[in-house]
Amino acid sequence: MNKEEEALLKEVVGNEDVKKADSYNIRKNGKLEDRKVNPNINIVTKEDKSGIDVYVKEDTLFGTVNIPVIITESGLTDVVYNDFYIGKNANVIIVAGCGITNNGHWDARHDGIHRFFLEEGAKVKYIERHCGLGVGSGKRILNPVTEIHMKASSYMVMDTTQIKGVDDTIRTTKAELEENATLVVTEKILTSKDQVAKTSFMVELKGENASTHVTSRSVATENSYQEFVSNVVGNTKCYAHVECDAIIKENGQVKAIPEIFAKNIDANLIHEAAIGKIAGDQLNKLMSLGLSEKEAEEVIIEGFLK
Amino acid sequence: MLELKEICFARNNKKILNHINLTLENDKFYVITGPNGSGKSTLAKIIMGLEKPDSGKIYLNGEDITEKGIDERAKLGIGFAFQQPVQFKGITVYDLLKLATSKKELKKQEACDILSKVGLCAMEYVDREVNKSLSGGELKRIEIATVMARKPYLAIFDEPEAGIDLWSFQNLTEVFKDISMHSNGTTLVISHQERILNIADEIILINQGEIEDHGEKARLFDQIVNPKKCCKGGNPCE
Repeated sequence: MNKEEEALLKEVVGNEDVKKADSYNIRKNGKLEDRKVNPNINIVTKEDKSGIDVYVKEDTLFGTVNIPVIITESGLTDVVYNDFYIGKNANVIIVAGCGITNNGHWDARHDGIHRFFLEEGAKVKYIERHCGLGVGSGKRILNPVTEIHMKASSYMVMDTTQIKGVDDTIRTTKAELEENATLVVTEKILTSKDQVAKTSFMVELKGENASTHVTSRSVATENSYQEFVSNVVGNTKCYAHVECDAIIKENGQVKAIPEIFAKNIDANLIHEAAIGKIAGDQLNKLMSLGLSEKEAEEVIIEGFLK
Repeated sequence: MLELKEICFARNNKKILNHINLTLENDKFYVITGPNGSGKSTLAKIIMGLEKPDSGKIYLNGEDITEKGIDERAKLGIGFAFQQPVQFKGITVYDLLKLATSKKELKKQEACDILSKVGLCAMEYVDREVNKSLSGGELKRIEIATVMARKPYLAIFDEPEAGIDLWSFQNLTEVFKDISMHSNGTTLVISHQERILNIADEIILINQGEIEDHGEKARLFDQIVNPKKCCKGGNPCE
């Protein structure tokens, strides 16, 4: 791996050394680059299609799994199916994501289809980061799909970040939650130029006292376009809070389509959406602390996406 | 020293400030008071550059700052605490204090020291976001702390009592007492509150966009707080 590839890899895993994790699977240009497993966390290559199965044994405590993907070949389309089986009462942090450096004229594309199966009492923190680099005219395209199946009393936090350079994204997240399961999703997206990002959340609260909290923070600048679709169904006594906050700049456009469907008298579902430019009083306050208008804007956006 | 000369400001054909002339001297604590809608806050905003006067000039230590922007005035040493503290998603109290002090590295302890001065139990607050999870009183104190952190040459506080409960305000009065005793710069507070008026060196009474009176607290305080009593004798005038 050359220096540029290493830098891209580091960006995907959040400026950490990818190999510090208990277990990892590094995929480069559609092929396995490196892998490490341990007695509690096993990673197996799929035989029927491209991708891996990750098995976390029950009662595993504080396990860490890094599964970054990098693409540096222009014109490559990489579709990968990764399944995660999280044993009863296991507790793991999983860092995934894709970095694309496209210096060529052809589109480079990664579609990661991730399925999570959480057994009773399992706890997962799933961090997904996407970034696009390179100076080529070819697009950097990412279409992540996440499917989450949560058994009773399981808990999952999903943090997704797409901060720069991705031209086209359709992100789909589907989840079904059994009793007392909790899903917390935080999504942060910044688009610029002519980029398009569409995200869709479909969460079904099937079991009693299941709950979800979805927060989407997005910034659409220049001529970019973002779409946020959420669809939460409450079948029983449950709780959901969906929050979509967006800042628009220049000709940026954001469309939010909320849908909440209570199928039971005890379902308590809330959706909040706010889209607008940076508030003038926020700029004024920071300028009164000595920041220029441009610096103030940067601080507000950085905080908003923190 | 800040000088306002012939400041006029009108909106929708209504004169809000009418030929205001005012000089604020160094190291004094001024309170501007007057009825609602008399132009007090507009005057404060004009000094900070949040509003531009239709005519007139503003001088800070002899330099004409009329055309200068908010950030330029901030760099020249003017600080402003907003009547409605601004909230930010994702920006913590610590972030805001770091920006206020213009320090690349602000030690947590330094941030805590600043918060303690406005009566906040510091460690509980430094990492909290400046958003609606904080109460009106807490936001107000943080707003005041951001101004104090800058150690401005001229600190302006626009109705610090607005939007907070009486209990919080009583505690806040102590903060202003401390500012009046220890500040090395000029302080200008817009206020209706007797307790704030009482710690002023000078009071400026604004009515219908004009300065109706300006003078030492000793002369104006009773006249404003107990308008029905004669200033000299203390017996009811009626």
